[in-house]
Amino acid sequence: MIRAVMVINNQGKPRLAKFYNYTPVEQQQQLIRTIYSVLCLQPENVSNFIEGGSLLGPDSRLVYKLFATLYFVFIFDSSENELAMFDLIQVYVETLEKCFSNVCELDIVLNYGKMHTILDEMIVGGQVVETNSQNIIKAVEEISKLEKVTVATKLISKSTSLLWG
Amino acid sequence: MSGGSGSGGGGGVSGGGPSLMDSLFQRTLDDLIKGIRLHTPGAAQSTFISKSLDEIRREIKSTDLQTKSTALQKLTYLHSLHGIDMSWAAFHAVELTSSPSFAHKKTGYLAASLSFRPSTEVLLLLTNQLRKDLSSTNQHEVSLALECLAVICTPDFARDLTPDIFTLLASSKSFIRKKSIACLLMIFTQYPDAVRVCFKRLVENLESTDNAQTLAATVGVFCELASKEPRSYLPLAPEFYRILVDSRNNWVLIKVLKIFSKLAKLEPRLAKKVVEPICDHMKRSEAKSLVFECVRTIVSSFHDYEFAVKLAVSKIKELLLETDLNLKYLGLQGLLLVAPNHLWAVLENKEVIIKSLSDVDRNIRLEALKLVMSMVSDDNVIEICRVLIGYALKSDPEFCNEILTSMLSTCSRNVYEMVTDFDWYVSLLGEMARIPHCQNGEEIEYQLIDIGMRVKDVRPELVRIGRDLLIDPALLGNPSIHTILSAASWVSGEYIRFSKNPFEIMEALLQPRTNLLSPSIKAIYIHSAYKVLSFCLHSFLFPHTSTISVSNLVDEHEPGFTYSESEGDTNADLATSSKNTITRESIINLLALVLSSLTPLAETHDVEIQERVRNVLGLARLAQEEISSCDTLQKESIFAVKHSVIIRLINDALSEDLGPVSLSAQERVLIPEGLLLEEDLHKLDNICEQGLPISESFSLVKPVLTENDSVSIHPNEESSEAESSSLLSEHRKRHGLFYLPSDTTQNTSTTFPPANDPNNQIDTDVEDLVRLTEESLVLKKKSTLTRPRPVVVKLDEGDRAPIARAKAESNDDLISGAVRDVLLGNEDCNKGGKGDSEGGNASKRKSKKLKEKKQLSQSDENVETSKQKRKHKGRQRGDVAVQNSVIPDFLL
Repeated sequence: MIRAVMVINNQGKPRLAKFYNYTPVEQQQQLIRTIYSVLCLQPENVSNFIEGGSLLGPDSRLVYKLFATLYFVFIFDSSENELAMFDLIQVYVETLEKCFSNVCELDIVLNYGKMHTILDEMIVGGQVVETNSQNIIKAVEEISKLEKVTVATKLISKSTSLLWG
Repeated sequence: MSGGSGSGGGGGVSGGGPSLMDSLFQRTLDDLIKGIRLHTPGAAQSTFISKSLDEIRREIKSTDLQTKSTALQKLTYLHSLHGIDMSWAAFHAVELTSSPSFAHKKTGYLAASLSFRPSTEVLLLLTNQLRKDLSSTNQHEVSLALECLAVICTPDFARDLTPDIFTLLASSKSFIRKKSIACLLMIFTQYPDAVRVCFKRLVENLESTDNAQTLAATVGVFCELASKEPRSYLPLAPEFYRILVDSRNNWVLIKVLKIFSKLAKLEPRLAKKVVEPICDHMKRSEAKSLVFECVRTIVSSFHDYEFAVKLAVSKIKELLLETDLNLKYLGLQGLLLVAPNHLWAVLENKEVIIKSLSDVDRNIRLEALKLVMSMVSDDNVIEICRVLIGYALKSDPEFCNEILTSMLSTCSRNVYEMVTDFDWYVSLLGEMARIPHCQNGEEIEYQLIDIGMRVKDVRPELVRIGRDLLIDPALLGNPSIHTILSAASWVSGEYIRFSKNPFEIMEALLQPRTNLLSPSIKAIYIHSAYKVLSFCLHSFLFPHTSTISVSNLVDEHEPGFTYSESEGDTNADLATSSKNTITRESIINLLALVLSSLTPLAETHDVEIQERVRNVLGLARLAQEEISSCDTLQKESIFAVKHSVIIRLINDALSEDLGPVSLSAQERVLIPEGLLLEEDLHKLDNICEQGLPISESFSLVKPVLTENDSVSIHPNEESSEAESSSLLSEHRKRHGLFYLPSDTTQNTSTTFPPANDPNNQIDTDVEDLVRLTEESLVLKKKSTLTRPRPVVVKLDEGDRAPIARAKAESNDDLISGAVRDVLLGNEDCNKGGKGDSEGGNASKRKSKKLKEKKQLSQSDENVETSKQKRKHKGRQRGDVAVQNSVIPDFLL
């Protein structure tokens, strides 16, 4: 299964952290720091694996991809195929690209909720459930619509209550 | 709506309660994020965060759900990315999940999934809401609940919600079905009894054709389950086989391959069936991930099928030639999987492998190193190590040590089975010690001593190597190899009789720079000095009484000059008519040196050192008396004889051989009567921890395995002694230092090349290694072995501690037990589940089918594929008896 997905920028700041096994947040922060300390030393143009044994416990693998200023990190065990995980990172980034058109770090910083929404459409409980970015976008759009509808009605009711109540 | 202004957020509100102002000018998540970005990391930022946290604490109490939701959103963000505690807000998260607004619900669930822990108190309050949302008509609400449950699932949740998940497993919407399947894994792990309810629906989903993702999720769950305990899933092999043949979805196929690679180890007959389709995928597929998975499956589980392995190796070769380093890395990993069974595949690609040793990519270098080590055999170990030492010198410290570690472990495997020429090997160990980045001190230390004790024939060479290390004062400056020096000093002391020049070793052991050593190692140095001293005195006083049969003894009338030649078979290469001179003068000098350098240490605070120093000093003073008495009295004087007897006894005691000690040696000792081993000694623990420093020194317990003791005095030529002493004085003059020159060209008779010869390795590494691995492939056995392999003392049991094996988790056992029950059909279908009757019937039908399938395949020998079998499914078989065997014979 996939154990964790992280997005960390090249300064070591986490932009997204999702763990599929319960991990106390202190431990998450520690892990992010450790991983970043390894990632930032990786030279360019090398393979995108980090030997996980000592870092993450037995039967753990870590792959990452660097897009502009962001490291996309997936941690998983031997039930996943390494190259498939690269594909999955690709799907995630592609989906982000389509959602934000020409995505940059700022989009990701400011759309924290949406980052999770997209990821949740792809991975549930550490299992891959969707790999087609069209389908993901469709679901994400439906969800945004649902969110907006209710927010809008709320706002209207709120402002009326402010005015008249 | 966003407040935006920095001073917003209800600054003017008095009291703790939220107000209208709070709601109106509440900072949104965006404002918070922007605010954090405006403040420089450090104090300013954490002040801002704690200020925001105060706002959140106020806002979250608001009765207005929108305000509460925004507050929770901000809190979740701070929790997940800044590590802020939010356990106190758990109830608010639960509250929001029950909001009619989808946005609020989503916020609540996200907060719950990111922050709830198994110990969260309000956890159970969420059960009802989860149940409600799992049965919602809005598929996105269902999916929110599923995503949250998949992360925070506890045994209680799993037990209470199993029926709801069971219903969802048959949902008409594949969007929901795939997510509920993915969620199922967590349910099973937390509550194994859920298997009895849900397993059949899970199996049914293996046949879903409407959506590839549903199938992928299903197979994914099976893959996880099978990775923990594969045996229970053997009965499903026909289903997996069908998917392997039919599916064209790479995600599905990868998981099925992983399942088969687990199952194949349990059921060898599977191989015959699945190898062909796997090869088809390998040939056909464009997707590298699938191809690699096929390769991995073949080489790890189906390596007996020559044609399949050949195909796999050809695919590996393609990967190795890729410019994408990730593919190359995986190619090397694949090759490493092939290596144990098909070394030819490694040898075929050796050029790439050896070039990869100097790749910029660390991962690739490491894999290449492992592969090079897999090629090592006793024929080429010397050459490969020579080349690797060259690489180690050129590499960065980290990789250098990786190389050393793998050389050490490969060569010492199975009590040095790879090594035939131990003289070469100990000199290699000496070379390693001299590599500046060497961090493997402890292992080298262990091996030097271990070899010394096990291999009698190598001791002269070992002493020579030890000497070279000891007399080099530069090495004392590198603390990481101090442990090696301690081993060198120990072998020099223990096997001093093989030394050409014991005086030189004594000087090295007492050189001033030994102050740099830690006390425990210094103590070993001094103890070695004790042995050396004892040996010199004994050789001087009893030139003729060596216990071995000395062939030609020197004339008795030359006082103080002893000369003996050791038996040729024990140390062939050192017995080159060298002589050792122990003159009266040299002994007096030696005693003076010992007394002058050790007397200051007699008052040291370290007990270990102090005790040993006093031993040496005692012996030295005794000897001084003896020698001065020689001056005045006759040699036969009773007084002198007494002393000599003591010296002789000491030397005899010290020259007994130490052998390797078996790990279980202690167990073999009979417990003396009246000794209570079981008595509670807890109280001693504290005392031991505080009072007694744990000494790292070697155990000086007398040997367990004593070999026929022999003392052979190593003769040295007068000229060489003279030469060495003149060199020594010259050297000291030049450097003004107290250190000794190392002999450079003494061992012309050894047949191995120096392990680290800078002249011939720089550019020719690759070619060399390529050539020599080639040779080892072509030549079956080298006949050029100059010397037979010496005897290596082995103990009947393992020499080092065996690795403990971890036991499987009990939960996995429970799951697989339940699965077996379900698949064998001997359980009550709807036990514990509230599943609708339709579902229950379906399950029953399914279980019948499975049973029949098993029966059929057992009776029908001609059934070839599962497809054919599926045609038979309809046939009625009332007389089917439940079988005990879980393994289907469908492949026979």
